[in-house]
Amino acid sequence: MPAFPVAAAEAVGDARLRGNLRHATHTIRDKRARAVAELPDWPELRAAGAAVKDRTLRHLDHYLERLERAVTAAGGHVHWAADAAEANRIVTALVLATGEREVVKVKSMVTQEIGLNAALAEAGIRADETDLAELIVQLGDDLPSHILVPAIHRNRGEIRDIFRDRMADRGRPAPEGLTDDPADLAEAARLHLRRKFLDAKVGVSGANFMVAETGTMVVVESEGNGRMCLTLPETLISVVGIEKVVPTWRDLEIFLQLLPRSSTAERMNPYTSMWTGTTDEDGPRAFHLVLLDNGRSDALADTVGRQALRCIRCSACLNVCPVYERAGGHAYGSAYPGPIGAILTPQLRGVTSELDASLPYASSLCGACYEVCPVAIDIPEVLVHLRERVVRGGEVTVRGTRTVIRPAGGHAAERAAMRAARWVFDHPGVLRAGQRLAARTRRLAPRRRLPGPGRAWTDTRDLPPVPAEPFRDWWRRSRGEGSGR
Amino acid sequence: MSGREEVLRRVRRALADVPAGETPADVPVPRDYLRGHSPADPVETLAERLMDYRAVVRRTDGAGLPALIARLLAARGTRTVVVPAGLPAGWLSAADGVERVPDSAGQTPHDLDAVDSVVTGCAVAIAETGTIVLDGGPGQGRRRVTLVPDHHVCVVRVPDQVVGSVPGALERLVPSRPLTWISGPSATSDIELSRVEGVHGPRTLEVILVSM
Repeated sequence: MPAFPVAAAEAVGDARLRGNLRHATHTIRDKRARAVAELPDWPELRAAGAAVKDRTLRHLDHYLERLERAVTAAGGHVHWAADAAEANRIVTALVLATGEREVVKVKSMVTQEIGLNAALAEAGIRADETDLAELIVQLGDDLPSHILVPAIHRNRGEIRDIFRDRMADRGRPAPEGLTDDPADLAEAARLHLRRKFLDAKVGVSGANFMVAETGTMVVVESEGNGRMCLTLPETLISVVGIEKVVPTWRDLEIFLQLLPRSSTAERMNPYTSMWTGTTDEDGPRAFHLVLLDNGRSDALADTVGRQALRCIRCSACLNVCPVYERAGGHAYGSAYPGPIGAILTPQLRGVTSELDASLPYASSLCGACYEVCPVAIDIPEVLVHLRERVVRGGEVTVRGTRTVIRPAGGHAAERAAMRAARWVFDHPGVLRAGQRLAARTRRLAPRRRLPGPGRAWTDTRDLPPVPAEPFRDWWRRSRGEGSGR
Repeated sequence: MSGREEVLRRVRRALADVPAGETPADVPVPRDYLRGHSPADPVETLAERLMDYRAVVRRTDGAGLPALIARLLAARGTRTVVVPAGLPAGWLSAADGVERVPDSAGQTPHDLDAVDSVVTGCAVAIAETGTIVLDGGPGQGRRRVTLVPDHHVCVVRVPDQVVGSVPGALERLVPSRPLTWISGPSATSDIELSRVEGVHGPRTLEVILVSM
């Protein structure tokens, strides 16, 4: 993947994509504001949600062990995966052990993060996405571009074409004469997926919350495809990031108010499923929980960045972000787009790749994401913190080991300029002389772009004009000598 | 090293900044949010919010319930109905000519797919969010019976099964039971954010508020 500015450039030039994105983000953000305004205690709920997550994160080992005991006591099996490869191995082995070669999937960010579908395909297992948007993405050989509505970059005409051209490859073809009416398209998805649900022996999901106290898993959704996958198969495998645990049953009262209103702008999402291990003759007979680290403990080790693990994946930050609105989700190059992706991905994957090093810069630092976050993640603070890491390097944790990383390449000119600026500011006489020189030679200064190594800086911004007179000279002249200082 | 030991080792190392003596209780969680947003009349609010979600809401009393259920099934042309164990016998007493299919573990999803409707009770209903919660108790059936058939009739006893808010519902529910929260019929907004009802779950949800 190229760095964010390169990847975003294409999206920014695509008028139709920008139209789709603008419509979607503005619609959801306006609805969300109304849903949130209904609760006068929103600030208190938000503070409580942040505090519960902080408590959990500061004692994560304790809660994970507690969760494991509770899930096991309820008849479930708990597996632990340090990274994506290990998680994929575990899930693949579990599926193969059932003798099945097909699984139905509930929409899950984490399985996108670890590339589970590709890993299963390599083992000869077909994974069918069942969320309508994920189905559109899968049939279109595409990638999700939004946390909540992954196919938001597609309009109805494009979706109709994808269904018409691709459904037959993966099962029941699209009905003859399919129109681009959303109801018609949803019906086509219903027909296409129904038999898969009824025949499925293995379901794969993530989870929104896991309750340490009781071992209860929670999945919130709208369509019912989640309930199908969580209820009808004989075996259910849930892959869940270790940060999704909450301490107590009672804590759900906070998150089941924060999440739906912040995410889909509803008072409650149409379906919420909760299950604790297995229940005799109701739902899957075997339940496997795969607890995934994959960089989360590295993020946990960073006392500033840790707060990103509070995220409940509501996607509110995407919908208010001026950068996301123009660039779309693909430019972020990971399962997590938008402002949360800009701070989560570089922490989960490190900042060694060009793309990951560019993500902390994919922001105007306007702060709208922090305002809207239901668990009060100070995204701008973490962005600035990560920018410092990219530019200066320093001590970080990578796969559980403390490491010193070097400054990322490509910032040498910026660092040199900043070092020079610090020296100049430390020497007022030099600064004064320099400013006067610049003013007198302003006709020679470049108008818009710097030459040489400074050119990168002016690629994305205009060069400010040099004033005719330095400010300090103007001050002294207009207010008189000695009135300053 | 097993995945378990490795993950726990990494987590513990990552938390080097947390003082050794600190317990979870030492991290304060302010709980000064409201227990509910006190709808003046929870039953009225429930009805309103259910309708906001395009659920169909009917009201009756105990005496009128069997006739109302029979009428709703007839209006849909229902020929077969799933009957959860423990559903009060009288509820379907007026549904003449409708075949009863008992909810049973032996039923395959395909069997259920051939059934027209399902009639259930519920464990609790949440006024503020327009949500009904099923916990697999008597008259509610397995999780799948309210999922596969296209028509769900759910009976809520009012006012005793209605709570104002989410915190009130969680207090009444038992976490170890299989729980299904339902707020309106199945819906999607994945295509240009146009809301479409009934993607995979029942396309019609009819809620009967029975005053006791």
